[in-house]
Amino acid sequence: MMAGAERTRTRTRAEEALARNFAALASDDAVHEMRSQAFDAFMEKGLPHRRVEDWKYTDLRALMSDAPPPASPASPQAAEEALARADVFAGIDRARIVFVNGQFLPALSDLKGLEEDVEFASFGRFLAGGGALLVATDQADEAEAPVLALNGAFVTDGAVLRIREGAKLARPLEIVTVYAGAEPGLQTLRHQVSVGDGAEAVILQSYVGPDDVAYHTNAVTDVRIGKGAKVKWVKAQEEGNKAVHLGLDLPRVDADAVFDPFLFAAGSAVARAEIRLIFDGEGASAGIRGATIARGRQHLDTTLIVDHAVPECTSQEFFKAAIDDEAKGVFQGRINVWRDAQKTEGKMMSQALLLSESAEFDNKPELEIFADDVVCGHGATCGQIDEEMLFFMRSRGVPMEEAERLLVHAFLAEAIEEIADEDVIEALEARTRRWLSLASEVR
Amino acid sequence: MLEIDNLHAKVAEDDTEILRGLSLKVGPGEVHAIMGPNGSGKSTLSYILAGKEDYDVTDGSITYKGEDLLEMEPDERAAAGVFLAFQYPIEIPGVGTMTFLKTAMNAQRRARGEPELTTPDFMRQVRELAGALNITPDMLKRPLNVGFSGGEKKRNEILQMALLAPSLCVMDETDSGLDIDALRIVADGVNRMRSPERSIIVITHYQRLLEYIVPDHVHVMSRGRIVKSGGRELALELEENGYAEYVEAA
Repeated sequence: MMAGAERTRTRTRAEEALARNFAALASDDAVHEMRSQAFDAFMEKGLPHRRVEDWKYTDLRALMSDAPPPASPASPQAAEEALARADVFAGIDRARIVFVNGQFLPALSDLKGLEEDVEFASFGRFLAGGGALLVATDQADEAEAPVLALNGAFVTDGAVLRIREGAKLARPLEIVTVYAGAEPGLQTLRHQVSVGDGAEAVILQSYVGPDDVAYHTNAVTDVRIGKGAKVKWVKAQEEGNKAVHLGLDLPRVDADAVFDPFLFAAGSAVARAEIRLIFDGEGASAGIRGATIARGRQHLDTTLIVDHAVPECTSQEFFKAAIDDEAKGVFQGRINVWRDAQKTEGKMMSQALLLSESAEFDNKPELEIFADDVVCGHGATCGQIDEEMLFFMRSRGVPMEEAERLLVHAFLAEAIEEIADEDVIEALEARTRRWLSLASEVR
Repeated sequence: MLEIDNLHAKVAEDDTEILRGLSLKVGPGEVHAIMGPNGSGKSTLSYILAGKEDYDVTDGSITYKGEDLLEMEPDERAAAGVFLAFQYPIEIPGVGTMTFLKTAMNAQRRARGEPELTTPDFMRQVRELAGALNITPDMLKRPLNVGFSGGEKKRNEILQMALLAPSLCVMDETDSGLDIDALRIVADGVNRMRSPERSIIVITHYQRLLEYIVPDHVHVMSRGRIVKSGGRELALELEENGYAEYVEAA
């Protein structure tokens, strides 16, 4: 009965819009053939909803009320103005690759000093040449991953990056994704980042856009971390307050590599940041951390799947979320330890602070272990601000609201301070203070 | 400065009555010591003065500088010049000591309609006062009270008191957990703050602290009331004879 009902169900308004938007892309080139396959795979199941286990707490049928058409290119002036908002890492001397409304803008990008170590090409150029780069990855396929399928259908550009074996990047590299303009549109990017054996890099990603514009961002990133490479991967999601942000990172981490992602999320009306990580070689480690600030009626979801397919890898997940007003936070973390993955260490901790009566947080940590010689554990907490701390601060003259914000900052900073990079810590702490309207730190 | 009249209060959670008709008058420039056995309600009195919400005042009044103190929020009381030095200062991970001190000072200044301190002015004030209390720059860099020893926490309380320059200092068991050297540093810090415009209430179980901070008035508290008041000599008498007679008398 259910299956029959599923096949004949009526499409949501957003799905109708997606179908219309896709029809308007019609073309007879080879790339379109691949786009069609991806879109068909998406339409087979439609937007994910609460009865799909992975999307139980983030029901896109309910949350996505519409789907805007692919964004129009921004004028150079509008692009530059919009880019000014992408200043989260402004204090760091970094190279930048800039995408505005789904298009690489070389004039705003800067790879100076990295020419020796980094090969870069825009994904858009491959698409224009009919290049068959829309290969499915092992971590996800279009039939089960709606974000990937929609990405395949609508992708316009992205960064194809190769970091040379053994290279030590002289400065961090930032991939900037900006939405510009007052009209809602869709920007869809597909990045492919490959870090050579033994290379060391800090890769930053920032997402910004205007408030009060219901634009959508879809970004999928394939990441290959070579043997013994060391990579910090920091994403700052500060989209506009009406935006829908769907991100999917698909890292594969080879032997003895160290891959440390951090997910900072404060923007968007609805956002999902998903990482599916596979350990490909023994002795690798990943520290996956994040901090989320959700307010108003924001819905911010972090979903992680870590696959220990080989022995002797270590994964640590540490997430903090502060949820206020009527906002909702979601943390889903799954660690899979396959039968051969002996000597695995997997630790997961997710902590949420609920700042109002109507704030909500859904915390779902899961361990699935098929090996017998492993050390794994998880913890999840959901609590309120400590009353004793609050009273102490108030007794010194700090008003209630400011004391609360200081304590929220302190709570989130515990995760931010785990990033092994002082500059990034400083940038994200300062940003957290700004989101919480706090004065700057005195050192 | 402060007038407490027939104060009755109970623990909000379980209705246990702690204060049973406490009255006390503290004039400007005076130092009062409140002594009493454990459980007599000394700490409760200090918390109620600072505005802790765990207690319900069921009768009586507290007037501070002519205003109804019980009507004010804890942060309003602080801005109006009430300061409580905690018996057990709280550790606040993630909030830097300096950031906290500046936030508190500027919040009070804002509440009083005064201009905020600039960072250099603030730093200068902290440096001037911290040295005398043997508080190192390294301590100031750490999160508030985190990893501080008992003595360091108490010295940090006195630093906050000195920076905030309150009119009414309430010191709850400031001597507990201090060795003799730390006690001297803390007492010197308090004595430096004695002035004709500032009143100090020292709450203590032992007479020892009063050798260093010499009070003008000594009160004995038992079962939620002040049962005897006198001068400095009353403290010495208590040291000699203990609290037994007051516990029974109350």
